[in-house]
Formats: sequence, structure tokens, C-alpha cells
Amino acid sequence: MSSLLSWRDLGIGCVISEPGNSVQYKTGDWRAHRPVIDQTKCIKCLLCWVYCPEPAITRHNDDRVEINYDYCKGCGICANECPVKAIKMVSEGV
Amino acid sequence: MVTQIKTVKELPREELFAPGHRLCAGCGVPVLVRMVLKAIPNAVIVNATGCLEVATTIFPYTSWRVPWVHNAFENAAATAAGIEAAFRILEKKRGIKRPKVVAFGGDGGTFDIGIQALSGALERGHDMLYICYDNEAYMNTGIQRSGATPRGAATTTSPAGKVIPGKLERKKNLIEIAVAHGIKYAATLNPAYPVDMYNKIVKAASVEGPTLLHYFCPCPTGWRSDVDKSIEIARLAVLTRVWPLYENDNGVYRITVPVKTPRPVEEYLKMQGRFRHLLAPENKWLLDQLKQDIEENWNRLLKLVELSQKSS
Repeated sequence: MSSLLSWRDLGIGCVISEPGNSVQYKTGDWRAHRPVIDQTKCIKCLLCWVYCPEPAITRHNDDRVEINYDYCKGCGICANECPVKAIKMVSEGV
Repeated sequence: MVTQIKTVKELPREELFAPGHRLCAGCGVPVLVRMVLKAIPNAVIVNATGCLEVATTIFPYTSWRVPWVHNAFENAAATAAGIEAAFRILEKKRGIKRPKVVAFGGDGGTFDIGIQALSGALERGHDMLYICYDNEAYMNTGIQRSGATPRGAATTTSPAGKVIPGKLERKKNLIEIAVAHGIKYAATLNPAYPVDMYNKIVKAASVEGPTLLHYFCPCPTGWRSDVDKSIEIARLAVLTRVWPLYENDNGVYRITVPVKTPRPVEEYLKMQGRFRHLLAPENKWLLDQLKQDIEENWNRLLKLVELSQKSS
């Protein structure tokens, strides 16, 4: 939010009327290490997609997976659980 | 008959839990929530106070794409019961189809603070699913011990030091408390076994009446473990028999993930800072007690399985 709202601007009971609007809050800047998928090694088992706590891994129609760096907090569960080690954690800002 | 899945490929694609929430990196709760919303897309969620409630609904944002309500720490089950009763009236008077009411509570909000409300709701037989995500202490307020903290674990109110080597008391058995109410379905869940987890959620949701699920929730912050090891720890909890995966379906116990030869408990303990002191020689007596707890728990479960299957 750009500026703070006054009580007049807030709804009754401060109900949040927009479902899932936390997508506006990007948690990607929490990350110290970035997961990088090697698509040639990926066997499309989808385990990273299942275990991702954000969810920051997109499952495409052909079961290809892609990491959404806007939200990935860099926990590294995907890299640790990948059965073929197709995901590597790379240090950010290097 | 409920649709059961065999592989993770069959999981629905739709995501009703949005990213951008402020749960810690490596937290185990969102894995459960995503699975619940995939299994029950028409859910109405009631959330007890806790990590999940606080971190997913920081004003003016929410991560939920389903109806969601928070009331207080102690009354998630009572709130869910009230909502269910209201939907029943709407169905009777206006023919509106009832959604499934699902309540989420942490171990503090379930084992300690909310147990009275939970017991009441289970006894009154409301058509609701109660899910306890158990990270084995009050993580949201700063890692204080709860009734769900296992023996030997260090928390800020049971610190391991010269006076005590972590919590000295045993963990409560939530499933048996729930089953004692005569509910039709109760089961344990673990994030490392997503297919088992999904099938149990679908099964619990299909039951008319109160049901309870107990989820093993890895917490890197409170357990002092590496953030990328959450699922690995969860898997080890099953393989060491610390967290047996079983269900109680209409009074009949069944182990859903059999563990023939358990891995040594030390493998599970050494990955977590909260248990590290147990591996010191002077605390061996407490480690032995913890091992005894695990063994007794498992043997009791085997007996319950045998007894209930024989009499059914």
C-alpha cells in the first residue's frame, strides 16, 4: 500500500474483500539462495510443486515446472527433495 | 465412494491458497493448507489463533481464496460448529447446498487452549473437519512448551541446561482423545507422504459428522533445523516410528504406512537443535525414556489395530 488509510476508508470490521490479494506482497526479497531448475534433467515428477510452501512453483499443462521468483523465499526444500537433483541452489547477488 | 488418488500427478491443479503470505521459509503448514484446499475446494475455513492465522492474513492482505474466519485462540471448534449449524438452517429453509466447514488449529490451540471447545463440538456431532497442525510448541509466540511438545525437546519454557534437559513430560495422544468421543474418522498426516495425506483429507471430508486430522508440521524456526530439511525430517519421523501414519475409520484402526524396520531415532533427533542435547552422554536416561515412549506408542497402536480389526 502506498499510504495509510484512515478509518473512514476501511470497510466495516476491516473485512478484506479481495480473495488472495497477498499476491501483491512479493516475498521474493527474503531469499538468500535462488533455486534453478535444469529442465533437461527434470523428470516431471511434480514433487517440488507438491512440497513448495509458498506456492512459488507453477505447474504448466504439460507438467513442466517453473519457479516464480516473485514469491520464492529460497527455503531450498525443492532442491533437497528433487529425486534427480535437477534443482540447484545458487547464491543471490553473486 | 470417495475418489482416492495413486500418484501426485492426479492432484488438482487449482491453487486456492495464494503466495505472498508471511510464514517462515521452510514452514510445513502451507503444504497442508494447499492439500486441504485441493481436496475440499468448497471449504469454509475457521482458523484458531496461531502462525497460520497471523501470517496469512496480515492486514490488508489475505492468502485465502475461500471464505475464512478467525475468532479467538480457544474457540475455533465452537466457531466452526456455529457456522455449520447456520448452514444447516440455510439448507433447511432456503435449500442452499451446505459447504464443508474446516477448522484449523495449531497444537497450542488444539491440545491446550482449544481442547474444551473441540471436545464439545465432537460430542455434539457437528458436520465439520478439524485439522490440528502440530509443530509441537507455541511457535507463534516464541517457542513455549505445549501439551504436544515431545519428551526431551528444548523450548524457551523448557530450556535444556543444568537444571532440566528439556521437557520432562510425555506428549498427549490427540487421536485417542478424539476417538474417545466416538467420531467416525480420525487420522494422522505427514507432508512427506502427500498421496496418503490427500486421500485421508478426502475421506475425512466425505464423512457426515465430526472428523479430526492430526498433521506433523515441521517448523525450522522452533525446531532449530535447516530450512531445506523440513520434508526430510518429516519423512524421518515416519521411518523412525516417531510419527506413525494411521487412521481410525469407524472404530477400526489401520496403519497406512507400515514401517517394518524402524530407522534409529537418533537420525531424526540430530537434525534438530531442540533435541541436540539428548545425544550428550549425561542425558542418555531421557533419550531412553523418549525411545520407550515411541516404542510403547507403536506397540499400543499395533494392539489397537489387531483388536479393532478382530472385533469389526
